[in-house]
Amino acid sequence: MTDTAWIDAALTSARPQALGALLRYFRNLDTAEEAFQNACLRALKSWPQNGPPRDPAAWLIMVGRNVAIDDIRRGKKQTPLPEDEAISDLDDAEAAIAERLDGSHYRDDILRLLFICCHPELPATQQIALALRIVSGLSVKQIARAFLVTEAAMEQRITRAKARVADAGVPFETPGAVERSERLAAVAAMIYLIFNEGYSASGDTAEIRSTLCEEAIRLARLLLRLFQSEPEIMGLTALLLLQHARSAARFGADGALVLLDDQDRSLWNQKMIAEGLALIDKAMRHRRSGPYQIQAAIAALHARAEKPDDTDWVQIDLLYGALEIMQPSPVVTLNRAVAVSKVRGAQAALEMIEPLGARLSNYFHFFGVKGAFLMQLDRNEQARIAFDRAIALANTSAEAAHIRMHLDRLMRDSAPRARAK
Amino acid sequence: MLYAILCYHDEDLVGSWSKEQDAAVMAKLSVVQEKLTQQGRLGPVARLLPTTAATTLRKDDPPLVIDGPFAETKEQLLGFYVIDAKNLDDALEVAKELGQANPGGSYEIRPVGYFTPGSAPKGPNP
Repeated sequence: MTDTAWIDAALTSARPQALGALLRYFRNLDTAEEAFQNACLRALKSWPQNGPPRDPAAWLIMVGRNVAIDDIRRGKKQTPLPEDEAISDLDDAEAAIAERLDGSHYRDDILRLLFICCHPELPATQQIALALRIVSGLSVKQIARAFLVTEAAMEQRITRAKARVADAGVPFETPGAVERSERLAAVAAMIYLIFNEGYSASGDTAEIRSTLCEEAIRLARLLLRLFQSEPEIMGLTALLLLQHARSAARFGADGALVLLDDQDRSLWNQKMIAEGLALIDKAMRHRRSGPYQIQAAIAALHARAEKPDDTDWVQIDLLYGALEIMQPSPVVTLNRAVAVSKVRGAQAALEMIEPLGARLSNYFHFFGVKGAFLMQLDRNEQARIAFDRAIALANTSAEAAHIRMHLDRLMRDSAPRARAK
Repeated sequence: MLYAILCYHDEDLVGSWSKEQDAAVMAKLSVVQEKLTQQGRLGPVARLLPTTAATTLRKDDPPLVIDGPFAETKEQLLGFYVIDAKNLDDALEVAKELGQANPGGSYEIRPVGYFTPGSAPKGPNP
C-alpha cells in the first residue's frame, strides 16, 4: 500500500472512531482534531514504509494521544491540561487498544461526534458543514464547492459553528437510553439534511454534490452498524439508497430535471436498490413504523416498478396518508396529491391541493404540480399561470428548464386533449 | 478439488474507497477471474452487500431472527469465490493472485465438501 489514495481511504474510514475517542479523551474539539491531524501526518510517513497497521483506528488514537500530550507537556499549547488521571496511563500502549475493544465506548464516541454537529443551536447549514468537515473529513475546499460558496465563506461558517458548539458545551457522560435515542433521532435528521443538500443539486453541479449524497449514505450505514436493530435507521439508510439509485437518470443531457415517469429506468443502480429493498424488508419486520420507513417504502414501490405503469399508486396513496398522520405537512399532502391524481384523477388531486395554496405560496413544487394537474384537465390558461409562477420560484436551472418544457408543450398543443390517467 | 475463498476485509475501509478506486479493484480482479474462467476453474463468485443489510437466524426453537451479521468482527465476510484447484498450494496461488489485485484484509481458503452450482439467476452487476 504505497499509493496515498489508499492511505487516504484508510484514514477516512478510521476517522469517526479515532476522532471520537480523542474527543472523549481531550474533551475539546480543536485539540482532538489537531491530535488526529498529527497522527495522520505520522501515518503518511510511516504506513508507506511499514505497511498499514492491523487496526488503523487504534494506531491513530494511540499516536494522536501521545503526540498531543507531548505537545502539552512541552507547554506549546495554551490548551488546558487534561485531568491527571486521564494522562496517568500515558505510557500504557495497550490502553488505547483496550478502549477500542470496548463496544459501548466505540458506539457512544461516534454518536457523540455526530451529535455535537447537530447541536440544536446550530442552523441546518452549519450542522451540515460541520459534520462534513469533522466526521467525514472533507476539506473546506470540497465542502465550499458543494455549497457553491467561496472557501473563505465556508471556513468562516465552520469556525462559527465550532465556536457555538464550544460555548454550548459538549455532553461527555455516557448517555442513558432516552438520551441516546434522542441523539440518534437528531443525528438521523442531520444525515437526511446532508443527503437533501446533495439531492437537490441541479444538473451542472450534480457531480460535485453527489459527494454529499454518498457521504450521507456512508454515515447512515455507519450509524446503522452501531444500532443494528433500529428500524428507523434502517428506513433512513434504505430511503437514501433508493433515492440515490436513481441519480444517473434524474437529469437529461441538457441538465434539465427528468421526472420519475420519464426516467430511463435502465440507468437506475440495481445494487443500491437491492440494498435499499433488503433494509426496508428488515425494518418492516419490527412493526414499529416511522416517517423514514414510510418514505423508504414509497421509494421502494417506485424502485420495484419496471415501467411507470407498473407503479402501485394505490399503495403509495395509502403510505402518504399514513405519513400525513404521523408528520402532517403541506408538502406531504402535495406529494400525496400526485398519487391521488394517478388513482382518482387530476380533478380530485387538484381539490386536495387547493387548500395548501396559502401555505405553499412560495414553493416551487406546488406550482409545478398544480400546473401539471391543470394541464391534464385541459385548463391550459390556468396551467400557464401556475407554470409561470413555478419558474419564478425555481431554485435551480434544472427546475426552471423542466417547467419551460411544460410551457413549450402547452404552446404547441393548444388543441384540447385528454391525458387523464 | 473445489476450494472456497472467503474474503474478509474491514467494510468501513472498503466503503471509503472512491468510486474510481472500487472500479480499479474490480477491473484488476476481473483479469484474474477471466484467466480462471478460461482455464475452466472458476465457480460462483459473490460480492456481498454491507453487513448492515444482513439478518441472522439463530436456529433455536423457536428460531430467533437477529438484525445484523452473525459475528461482530473487526473484518467482515464481504464475498467469496469457488475455484477448482489441484491442492492447497494451487489454491493458495490463486488466492495470492487475487490478493495482488485486491490488497488488504484476509482470505480464508476452505476445501468444499458438497457443491452444487445451483440454478439461481445472475444477480446485479458489481
